[in-house]
Amino acid sequence: MLLDALLLQLGYNATLVAIGAALLGTAAGITGTFLFLRKRALVSDAVSHATLPGVCIAFLLMAFAGGDGRNLAGLLAGSAVSAGIGLWCMNWLTRNTRLAEDAAIGAVLSVFFGFGIVLLTVIQTLGVGRQAGLEGFLLGSTAGMLYSDAVVIAAGGAVTLFLVLLTRRPMTLVAFDPEYAAARGLPVDRIDMLMMGLVMAVTVVGLKIVGLILIVALLIIPAVTARFWTERSEYVVLLAGLFGGVAAYLGAALSASAPNLPTGPLIVLVSFALFALSLFLAPNRGVLAAVLRHLRFQRRVHLRQGLLALAQGQAIYESLTLRLLRRADLVRADGVATGKGKARAAKALRDEQRWEVVRSDVTQEAAAALYDGLRDIETVLTRDQIQEIDRRIGGPREVAS
Amino acid sequence: MSVEIVKTQPEDATISAQAQDAKIAQSPLAIRGLTVSYGEKPAVFSVDMTVEPGQMTAIIGPNGAGKSTLLKAALGIVAPVSGRVSVFGRSLAEQRARIAYVPQRASVDWDFPTRVIDVVLMGLYRELGLLGWIKGGHRAKALDCLERVGMGDFAARQIGQLSGGQQQRVFLARALAQGADLYLLDEPFAGVDAATEKAIISVLKSLREAGKTVVVVHHDLATVTEYFDRVFLINTRRVAEGPVAEAFTEETLQAAYGGRLATSQIDKLARA
Repeated sequence: MLLDALLLQLGYNATLVAIGAALLGTAAGITGTFLFLRKRALVSDAVSHATLPGVCIAFLLMAFAGGDGRNLAGLLAGSAVSAGIGLWCMNWLTRNTRLAEDAAIGAVLSVFFGFGIVLLTVIQTLGVGRQAGLEGFLLGSTAGMLYSDAVVIAAGGAVTLFLVLLTRRPMTLVAFDPEYAAARGLPVDRIDMLMMGLVMAVTVVGLKIVGLILIVALLIIPAVTARFWTERSEYVVLLAGLFGGVAAYLGAALSASAPNLPTGPLIVLVSFALFALSLFLAPNRGVLAAVLRHLRFQRRVHLRQGLLALAQGQAIYESLTLRLLRRADLVRADGVATGKGKARAAKALRDEQRWEVVRSDVTQEAAAALYDGLRDIETVLTRDQIQEIDRRIGGPREVAS
Repeated sequence: MSVEIVKTQPEDATISAQAQDAKIAQSPLAIRGLTVSYGEKPAVFSVDMTVEPGQMTAIIGPNGAGKSTLLKAALGIVAPVSGRVSVFGRSLAEQRARIAYVPQRASVDWDFPTRVIDVVLMGLYRELGLLGWIKGGHRAKALDCLERVGMGDFAARQIGQLSGGQQQRVFLARALAQGADLYLLDEPFAGVDAATEKAIISVLKSLREAGKTVVVVHHDLATVTEYFDRVFLINTRRVAEGPVAEAFTEETLQAAYGGRLATSQIDKLARA
């Protein structure tokens, strides 16, 4: 069943939903990345909740005008207007009052959403038009998706992606260094506005599939997931598009593979799964890699401290240190240094003395800054410099390493 | 060049209007009557400044004296309450391409997913345009700028892996990539290592050799005489402006810093 769904063999509606979702996921992932890089991820949550009153008012207007209240293009236009008003309120609050952005987000989100729910309830009790399905905008509803709906989603996504392509460079510059961008003469406010406009467009387009409560997940999670895998913003953008598209496609296929599985929430769960995998497995930034890195570092510290203790004839109490020395064949089972151990210990002590010279020398400041107790002095100073230091320390000329 | 110490009577009133206009037209950065305010407390009040072309000028003053704010207002990053800024005799908007700005290191998030070379390429933003792809020539130019600040080997590093001094040098390389005529730097020597300070000052001096104008917000009074040609002392208002030998004196320092510097300290600096 799932395989059929993945291969788009589950009939017309399922195919339409899967393709529409994949397009939406890609557009949302790419657009959301810029929001994430600008550190304004939560703004999208306020924007999406602010769509609800617009949807309801558009429905009422269309129904009273005698048309079909559920015309998707009309509803989306309404949602865009009210999301725009919400965005404007948020900007106004942060700019003209002492409220921080997070407070403004909270205020706008709850007030608009509350108002929307009131309107929704009123519509249901009024019994105007054929209001059934309007609540589908909360969590998305794909059951009755039409071909024209898919076209709206595809067109919206394509326009958004094109605008991102045009403005990727200024948006990245503003996200990284807004002051520098302003100094270059970039209209930072307008670029921010455009970024929000694109997010609004994706939100509106995504209402039908994932709904306004969960769209924030599609905007943010792919970007956060992509960040684990790369250190370059352009790759974060592309990977986020890929993750978003794959998650949406898989989620849609999953929901089609069994009856009564909701599409939007499943898409969110799939993108979370991708996130969790990345969180643990990504090289460099992943949790597993960090743990391994720490363990390796800890071993180096213990080994070094053990060698210094050996060289100075001190007793070693820590079992990890002893174990490591033993494994490297530097001490015998009874804790006495082997020949190799003695040589390495002498070298470690010698290096410590050399470092001491370097660190007390004002002219060697740059080299001294690299001292961390672990670094081999050969990686910092040349052979000649080390010989010079040895001359100053005196004692044995060469210590076997 | 005479020292301009602001007394009750602005010195500008004594110069004819034509002479004023000529001075403004020649100056890479001329500021008149600039007031910038955060809320209702002016950080910079009615400041005049005339930067001399081809010289290195230090903007000096105590903490919170409005040094960085002055620079940001000159660049249009913060909007002034009043005042005019002219760049090479024209409006800021017309001359944007001729100004390079090096912001404070702390102003950005260094965990941003970008490499050293990408930051320098941001300096070529105008050349690249909206859709232009980055080509070998752009990369070569960016690398060249990195070499000039001694960071050529770091091009492919993630910016978060750099030390503070190295980050500062990358910012300078980005400014160099712009190929500007006027360079404005905000505290480039704050919290950097000695190697970086040396590298930065030698780049700035080479810019001066090439006829460029350099303006630096500076906090270290001990190095003013060694590094700079001119000083601009500010403490919300302009305190003094002129060649170091004339404007960087016990009297002006006392006026700018008030009780914040011990008299013995000022004495030593002024004599240095």
